[in-house]
Amino acid sequence: MNKNSILYLSILIFGLAAPFIFPAFKVQLSILCVLIVLATTWNIQGGEMGYNTFGNILFYGLGMYLCASVQVGMFFPLAEWTESGGEKTFVHTPTQFFQGMAVGLVVAAVVPTIVAGLIGYAILGLRGHYFAICTLGLGVAAGEISGGIEIIGAGQGFTTPPFPNVGGLEARGEFFYFLSFGALILTFIAVRAIYSTRFKLILNAIRDNEDKAEAMGIETMKYKIIGWMVSAFFCGLAGGIMGGLVGYIDSTDVAFDGREMGVFMVLMAILGGKGTLWGPVIGATVFHIFKEGFWTFFLGWQYVALGVLIVVIVIYFPEGIMGWLREKYPERFGEVVDEADRKAQVELK
Amino acid sequence: MDFMVFQYPMITVQACLDGILLGILFALIAYGMALQWGVMNIINIAQGDLVILGGYIAYFMYLYGIHPAWGVIVSPIIMYFVGVGIYKLVINKVVDRDLFISILATFGISILFMQLMNFAFGADVVLANSGYGTTFLFDSAVVLPNSKIFSAFISILFAICLVIYMKKSKLGRAIRATAQNARAAKILGVDTEKVYAATFGINAALCGVAGALISITFTIHPYMGLPYTIRSFMIVIVAGLGNLPGVALSGMGLGVFEEFADYILGTEFRIGSVFLLLVLILVYRRFKLSRKREYLK
Repeated sequence: MNKNSILYLSILIFGLAAPFIFPAFKVQLSILCVLIVLATTWNIQGGEMGYNTFGNILFYGLGMYLCASVQVGMFFPLAEWTESGGEKTFVHTPTQFFQGMAVGLVVAAVVPTIVAGLIGYAILGLRGHYFAICTLGLGVAAGEISGGIEIIGAGQGFTTPPFPNVGGLEARGEFFYFLSFGALILTFIAVRAIYSTRFKLILNAIRDNEDKAEAMGIETMKYKIIGWMVSAFFCGLAGGIMGGLVGYIDSTDVAFDGREMGVFMVLMAILGGKGTLWGPVIGATVFHIFKEGFWTFFLGWQYVALGVLIVVIVIYFPEGIMGWLREKYPERFGEVVDEADRKAQVELK
Repeated sequence: MDFMVFQYPMITVQACLDGILLGILFALIAYGMALQWGVMNIINIAQGDLVILGGYIAYFMYLYGIHPAWGVIVSPIIMYFVGVGIYKLVINKVVDRDLFISILATFGISILFMQLMNFAFGADVVLANSGYGTTFLFDSAVVLPNSKIFSAFISILFAICLVIYMKKSKLGRAIRATAQNARAAKILGVDTEKVYAATFGINAALCGVAGALISITFTIHPYMGLPYTIRSFMIVIVAGLGNLPGVALSGMGLGVFEEFADYILGTEFRIGSVFLLLVLILVYRRFKLSRKREYLK
């Protein structure tokens, strides 16, 4: 066994055992898994492709609403459910709940992928900051518009089906933990597989110089759209899980929360290091621990802290943790370093 | 859906007039954004939050018994120093870097300001009452608050002053030179660092004027900043950098569009329609340019 497989195996074992080692942190661990999924998929755009998007929140929110709507709509009238605010008039049996969740998650992953494919051709033709602002507008518009649609709860929100009464209180946390952990494993395997193919090289070519990539005969638009669809798939899935986990969907505060989740995913990827496989994972973990600390100890000041954190990270750590490690230990990243050259560079500085 | 617009022509007149008066205000904010975008190549997401902060200055004067119209003079002076402070603390570190870095950094400033204003002034929707009364036109079919006319007038006044200042003064010349070619300007003895700081300060001061006028005319709320940023961004991309009549016209156009969206779709979709319009404009321009094998960059 080589070093990598030992690492992956130990992480897998730790992940499977985590809810039993830290039973009090099950919800936090589930949220961490979702955050890692979001950061990793943002990295496909922002890190590998060079298209810095604020719009992945669109797929996340879409997945959230779709999963909950399907889960309710399969068995009960959706309009009455949202009108009653999720009161006890309708109760899912355990079978109904799990069936609904399964179908809901599939829909939540597939529909955003299709949406990404449809709008991708129009949106991905923009470049640089126009793309960033356009996707920012897209996310906010989705939040504002879904906040006006009556059937999914409009301004008063949408209560997702409560977890059925099986296996006691612990079961809910474990169910959602393993669901999100499964999504994380799936995402990681998929992204890792993608990163070992020609596809990743094409994405990098688009990032480095799109005109040249096009001149080399690469159909850049096709690959950009596929990249965005991959992101959308996992963002939708993560959104569906998060909706069930939070138990309540609000258009601007939970689902299309550009001010929180939409920035978080960018921030986590940058903090960990754009354009690396492990960067977003590390970034999300560090960020989540920091955030929970802030949220607990500076209650009320969390957004102030968040704003300062964004500015500090962006100005002082644009390369992220992985970039910093890379500069410090280039040998570990498989880079050959000429000692004399390095010394000369240090002296130059 | 409400089709009153088509049944009562006077509502159309009302919406157009409201929209034009509102649009002049948007154009003032957009002019500030175009200025800093052209000079420093920075897109400031915190633009709207500077506007709201300027509005709160006027609101506080109103609370302490001073007529809020004086905010038009006090607010830009304070905001100029706020702008220079932001420049010295954050912006000068991102000026030469990747544009996305500046977008994200100003996004951070925006969140910071939003929350600080929420702490300092509370989350209520507030309005500085100017007591200017209203004007009735066409047998009272069209109602125009005098404060709106006042704000449009002041905006135009400030815009004209600024244009003359940019043309005639030494600093204005330096700013224009830096916008054309920062390196050449530096060689010829322009202190670009100072020019950048002044540009950001002037932009913030313009936001201060607009904010003070908005607090008199409409309402302000700590979280209302982002729509103003998006509106000014939209106006700038439609008009282009350095095209002042274009900025004024597209500002008014946006104002009229918003008033009609408000009447036809309902108030809850007003902000949503602004953001959607931005997406549509960008996509339209993308397809138009792609025919010539060009792209927005």
